[in-house]
Amino acid sequence: MKLEFLSFEFDKFAKEMQNLKDKKGFDYLVTIVGEDFGAEEGLGCVYILENTKNHERCSVKMLAKVVDGESVIPTVSNIWRVADLLEREVFDFYGILFLGHPDMRRLFLRNDFKGHPFRKDWKGDNKYSLEEDVEPDFGMEYYLDKDGSLKSKQNPLFTSDDYVINIGPQHPATHGVLRLQTVLDGETVKRVYPHLGYIHRAIEKMWENMTYPQTLALTDRLNYLGAMQHRHALVGVIEEGMGIELTDRIKYIRTIMDELQRLDSHLLYTSCVAQDLGALTGMLYGMRDREHVLNVMEETTGGRLIQNYYRIGGLQDDIDPNFVKNCKDLVKYLRPMIQEYMDVFGDNVITHNRLEQCGPMSLEDCINYAVTGPAGRASGWKNDVRKNHPYDMYDKVEWEQCTLTGCDSMDRYLVHINEMYQSLNIIEQLIDNIPEGDFYVKQKPIIKVPEGQWYYSVEGVAGEFGVYLDSRGDKSPYRMKMRPMGLSLVGAFDPMLRGQKIADLIATCAAIDVVIPDIDR
Amino acid sequence: MEVRKPHIKSIPYEEWNDNASLEKIIDELHEGGVNVVTGSLDQLINWGRSNSLWSLTFATSCCGIEFMACGCARYDFARFGFEVTRNSPRQADLIMCAGTITHKMAPALKRLYDEMAEPKYVIAVGGCAISGGPFKSSYHVVQGIEEIVPVDVFIPGCPPRPEAIMYGMMQLQRKVKIEKFFGGANHKQTAEEAALGVSNEELTFRSKHNDHRREPIVVTSVPEEFANELKENKEEKA
Repeated sequence: MKLEFLSFEFDKFAKEMQNLKDKKGFDYLVTIVGEDFGAEEGLGCVYILENTKNHERCSVKMLAKVVDGESVIPTVSNIWRVADLLEREVFDFYGILFLGHPDMRRLFLRNDFKGHPFRKDWKGDNKYSLEEDVEPDFGMEYYLDKDGSLKSKQNPLFTSDDYVINIGPQHPATHGVLRLQTVLDGETVKRVYPHLGYIHRAIEKMWENMTYPQTLALTDRLNYLGAMQHRHALVGVIEEGMGIELTDRIKYIRTIMDELQRLDSHLLYTSCVAQDLGALTGMLYGMRDREHVLNVMEETTGGRLIQNYYRIGGLQDDIDPNFVKNCKDLVKYLRPMIQEYMDVFGDNVITHNRLEQCGPMSLEDCINYAVTGPAGRASGWKNDVRKNHPYDMYDKVEWEQCTLTGCDSMDRYLVHINEMYQSLNIIEQLIDNIPEGDFYVKQKPIIKVPEGQWYYSVEGVAGEFGVYLDSRGDKSPYRMKMRPMGLSLVGAFDPMLRGQKIADLIATCAAIDVVIPDIDR
Repeated sequence: MEVRKPHIKSIPYEEWNDNASLEKIIDELHEGGVNVVTGSLDQLINWGRSNSLWSLTFATSCCGIEFMACGCARYDFARFGFEVTRNSPRQADLIMCAGTITHKMAPALKRLYDEMAEPKYVIAVGGCAISGGPFKSSYHVVQGIEEIVPVDVFIPGCPPRPEAIMYGMMQLQRKVKIEKFFGGANHKQTAEEAALGVSNEELTFRSKHNDHRREPIVVTSVPEEFANELKENKEEKA
């Protein structure tokens, strides 16, 4: 999507944004992109919004105003709750203060980090400390007083008799290095503060010094279970910017590969849910079949977990001669197996008792907190990017968007199971009809994208995965930003888990499918 | 049942004075129907230790998934005794550092390593843990975990295949097998080394890492207040 920015005056910004939500129906805040627009314009943000009724999208560009030497923008976290973490991210990377945001702390970096690394004039020394980080137990709130000068106050995160425990960063049930600071009252969760950045690798900053073909390699290492989709979004945005027309063969193969990847991820997901709840057998069944999916992909791409298959203008190589046969065999093999997971784990009465009513979230909250992907669909939100903004072959094949209405962890699990069947359906319809043609549309040796801004999103394995590209016509991007799938899911832990038991936190965490390197980037 | 010749590197067989009497005792026991095997205790212990290496589950990114695949049906590293993974560093023999270590994670890795009980080992899995890998130019990534903890085995790859991970684990087994669990020397120490009065393992560690933390703590003086207090106590008792 080529972005045409709306822009508002500083004083009217908060009101206009409220209008966009209330009157125009843009109730889903896709992402906030912080950006250093250069010496003339200074710092600012790009907001991408979607109307969940008619799936129309719009974008707003807001430049920060400099008050008392600090760049400030009014907060939108009271309008779209997902903005809570998104604005903290922008503050962390760019140092923009959001007026009225109750909790302006760093999100990814250590509290003793010097400066804001994504500013164009920032220079680091790559030194680090082995001392524990000293964390504040209050969040800063900034506001303008009557004279227009910048004031701040402290909002405490805990009261003095709160019992606080840390789950993570080294914990087997957080699927990586997520840290959830949990305030407890006995066994009951009162509040969850996510701490991120333990695997923040600054991919977006590295991209700014890379040529376009170089940028591709890093996306596979985000959510390594959604390697294909991540790369798909990145090549998609670059191809859209350059106006490349792909052949049908490329589109067919990309769709099939995306769905194979989704099977891979969902199989691991069902395994991990079982494992986190203590059902090790359920895990071994899923992992066994996942190897078959990996085999099919490996024979064409050469990679087991990380494939590096798509490139700008097509694919690295044509499909393997056995690919069609292997795919058909896989579909035939896998279909009855999915029922087996249900027999072993999913239909088990213990599983039902454990996951039902666990981590509930209503449809309105899901949209407000931008809980996309299977987790949102379990609350009845029809948010599948493949249906709403079809790309490649998804509008030409017959498949159903899986939604349920249970709003809890059990339905999140079941949506994943149903989606596996749909993936198999999609593969089945395409595999026999892969048209002849080129697998690669030849590009110039040095790839340059014309000036402009684009946003391209695909349905990742756990939600919408999008890439925003701001090009100034160079061979490397001026600013490229991902919409990670997991960040909004982590932001939703707090409302999901308030009043639930601490053990439900582990079950919810398992059933919502977060992968931490994708969140931290 | 055959008697196994005791094989101890530092003391050749011929150097024992009373081999004959030992072997006589064993023969007598065998005639009486008692099963006896002689060997060095180190061999037995290292056989056990090397075949039950418990790793700390410390997966930060992609390599962790391949590590999981190692544990499952197709690769099944239970064949080598690695299948027990521990979530607590207190119960683990080694850290399987699978994935990128960032600046924010570095103190946690250090702390986990310090919390483990000796003898402990570290395996660096994948390009990121070895040198920063594809993220070497990032401002927030540690350029190899050897900056923080001593590494025993490096397994290259991005991510390494499960076969590679298992090969790396087997290299660690080899390392464990030649250790002297009760201290002592794997080679005869030179006069200078012997004067230091520490084990071979300690010597190699020091030469490799030049690490002051492992120096023994020698108390040379007592704080004055404490000494005075002691004195007063004595006087009171007297």
